[in-house]
Amino acid sequence: MNDVFSMGVVAGILTSMIRLATPFLYAAIGETFSQTSGVVNLGVDGIMLLSAYGAFYVALNTGNLWLAMLVAVLIGLLMGLLMAFISVTLKAEQGISGIGLYMLGLGLSSLLFKITIGTVKTIDGFPPVKVPLLGDIPVIGPILFHNSLPVYGAFLLVPIAWWILEKTTLGLNIKAVGQNPAAADSLGISVDGIRYFSVCLGSALAGLAGASLSIAIVDLFQDNLTAGQGFIAVALVYFGGWSPWGVMGGSLLFSIVNSLQLWMQVLGVKIPSDVAVMLPYLFTIAALMVAVNRVRQPAALNKPFERGEN
Amino acid sequence: MAAKNDAARLVPLHRPSFDWGNIMVNILLPVAGVLVALLISAIMLLVLKADPIAAYSAMVTGAAGSVSGITQSLVKATPLLLVGLGICIAFRANVINIGGEGQIIAGALLATWFPLTFSAWPGWLLIPSTLLIGFIGGAAWGFVPGFLKARLQVNEILSTIMMNSIAQQLMNMLLHGALMDPSGIAAGTFLAQSARIPQQAWLPRLVPQTLLHAGAILAVILALLVYFFLWRTTIGYRIRAVGLNPNAARYAGINVPFYQALSMTLAGGFAGIAGAIEVIGVQHRLLDGVTSGYGFTGIVAALLGSLHPLGLIPASILFGGLLVGAGQMQRAVQVPSSLITGILGLVVLFVSGSALWSRRWAANRKLGAQKDGKAQL
Repeated sequence: MNDVFSMGVVAGILTSMIRLATPFLYAAIGETFSQTSGVVNLGVDGIMLLSAYGAFYVALNTGNLWLAMLVAVLIGLLMGLLMAFISVTLKAEQGISGIGLYMLGLGLSSLLFKITIGTVKTIDGFPPVKVPLLGDIPVIGPILFHNSLPVYGAFLLVPIAWWILEKTTLGLNIKAVGQNPAAADSLGISVDGIRYFSVCLGSALAGLAGASLSIAIVDLFQDNLTAGQGFIAVALVYFGGWSPWGVMGGSLLFSIVNSLQLWMQVLGVKIPSDVAVMLPYLFTIAALMVAVNRVRQPAALNKPFERGEN
Repeated sequence: MAAKNDAARLVPLHRPSFDWGNIMVNILLPVAGVLVALLISAIMLLVLKADPIAAYSAMVTGAAGSVSGITQSLVKATPLLLVGLGICIAFRANVINIGGEGQIIAGALLATWFPLTFSAWPGWLLIPSTLLIGFIGGAAWGFVPGFLKARLQVNEILSTIMMNSIAQQLMNMLLHGALMDPSGIAAGTFLAQSARIPQQAWLPRLVPQTLLHAGAILAVILALLVYFFLWRTTIGYRIRAVGLNPNAARYAGINVPFYQALSMTLAGGFAGIAGAIEVIGVQHRLLDGVTSGYGFTGIVAALLGSLHPLGLIPASILFGGLLVGAGQMQRAVQVPSSLITGILGLVVLFVSGSALWSRRWAANRKLGAQKDGKAQL
C-alpha cells in the first residue's frame, strides 16, 4: 500500500490523467458549443467511433497522421450536418435523434472495421514532443510538457473556446440563440444558422476526440473503442456548467478517478477489478447529481425553435 | 416560452376513438423510414463491394424462410416487445429510458439466483415468482435514474447509460464469482456462466423442436394490459398527462415527479421481465451476452410502433426477424451483422425526423376541420 503514494506513482497517475483527459476535452468542449446554442447532441459517442475508425484507417494505410486528423474532422462535420438537419431543420426530439446517430456510428464503424481492417492492429501514432525549457522542469515537466501534439491541442482549446464564447460576437450570438431564440430571431440573428454552425463545430471536435483516441493515445482501433466516453463527455458539460474552464475541471477530475482506478489495478490494490471499472460510471452519476447549478443551463436547451410559436 | 415547450414533441396527442387517418400516418411514415434506411444501407454495401441483393435475400430467408427461422424471430421479438412496452410507458411520461440493457441484466441476475436458490419449489409456483422477481430487479434498476430525475433533475438519458455499464460490470463480477457454474469450477473450465436452472422453472415450449416458448404469449398479453393501463386507468392517464404537458399536469394537481419516477420504474420492470424470460425461456442459465442489445433495439421498436403497445407487436416481430436475418446474412454472404446496428440507427434518425411531418399533418387537418365546421375562436 505504501508505494501507492510514492513520487513515481503519483507522477504516473498524473501523466495518464493528462492523456486520458484529452478525448474528453475535445468532445466536451465541442458539446459545450452545441449545447450553448440549445442543441443537445447525444450522438457524440457515435461520431467519436466513426472518426476514430476513419483516422485509424487513413493512418494505417498512408502513415500520414495529419491527413488522418483531417479525415476525422470531415467525418465529424458530416455527422454534425446530419444531426443538425434532423434536430434543427426537422425539429426532432434531440435525445432520440442523438441515440440514432450513436447507433449509426457504432454500427457503421464496426462494419467498416470488420470489412476493411478485420483484426486489431496497432500503429505508430503521434509521438510525444518535449516542449523546450518547460519540459526540463523537474517533476512537472515530464507530466505536462512531454505529450503528443493532440494532447497540447486539447488543452489549448480551452482558453480558445472560452474566448470565442465570452469575447466575440459569434459567442454572444451562440448564447443568445440558446437562451432566447425568439429574441435573437427578432434581432436578425439566424437561429438555425447559428445552431447549424455550433452543432457542426461541436461534431468536428468530437471527430478530433475520436482521432486523438485512435492515433494519439491508444494507437489502435477495435469495436466500440470509446466504451461510452462520448456519453461521459456530454455529462461533463452539465457538470462543468457550460463553461470551458468548468468542463476542463470536470475532465481532469474524471480522468484522475480513471487513472487512479487503472493504477490501483496495476499495483494490485485489493479491490475487485470489476468494481474499479465501475468507478468512472458511478462517478459520472454522482457528478450529474452534484451539478445542481442549473441556473446556468441554456434556457432553450433541447427545444427546437419555430418562428411564431410561443 | 413557458407552457407548451416541455410538452412532449415526441408524443402525438391521442384521440379517444380510433382515428384511421392518424393511424395510417403513424404506420406509413415509420415504414417509409425503414425502407429508406434499407436503401441507404444497400448503397453502402455496394460501395463496400458487397452484394446488397444477396445480403438482403439471405436476411429474409434466414428470418422467414423456415419454421426454425420464424420461431427464432418470434423468440427474439419477445424481449423486444417487453423492453419496448416499458419504453412506451416511460416515453409517454416524456422520460427517455436508454437503460434497457442494464435493466435486462438486473432482471436476469435475480431471475437466475432465485430458481437456483429455491430449486425445490414446484414449477407452477417457481415460474411466476421468478418472473415477478425479474420484474422487481429491473424495476429497482429503473427506479434509481427515475428517482434521480424526479428529485434532482439528473438527466435520465445519461444516468441510464451509466447504469447500463454498471450492470454489465456487476454481471461480469457475479459470473466470475458468486454465480459461476460450480460444475465449471469443478471441471476447471471456469466458464463465465451460471449453473443451469432447475427444469421445472423452464418456460414450456410452444412448438416442439424449436426455441419458441410461452414467454411470447405472455408478452402479447402484457402488451394488451399496457394498452389498457395507459388509456383506461387513472394512473395511465396521469402518466400521459405528465408527458404531454408537465406544467398543465402540475396545475391539475398531478404529482409530476412521482409519475416520472413511476414510469421509469415500470419501464425497468418490463425490461427485467425480458431478462427473466431470456434466462428461464431461452438459455436456462445466465450467459454473459444475455441482453443481445435488446435494450437498444427495443427503443427502435417502440419508436417504430409509434409508442403504442399494439403498434409495438408488429414492430418487434419485424426487428426480431431483422436480428435473426442478420445472423444468417453474416454466415451466408460474410456481411458483418453490425450492419443491423447502423440500419437501426438510420431508422431512429428517420422516425424522429419525420415526427415533424406527422405533427404538421395533424395540425393542418385540425385547421381544416375547423374551417369546415363553425368558426371557432
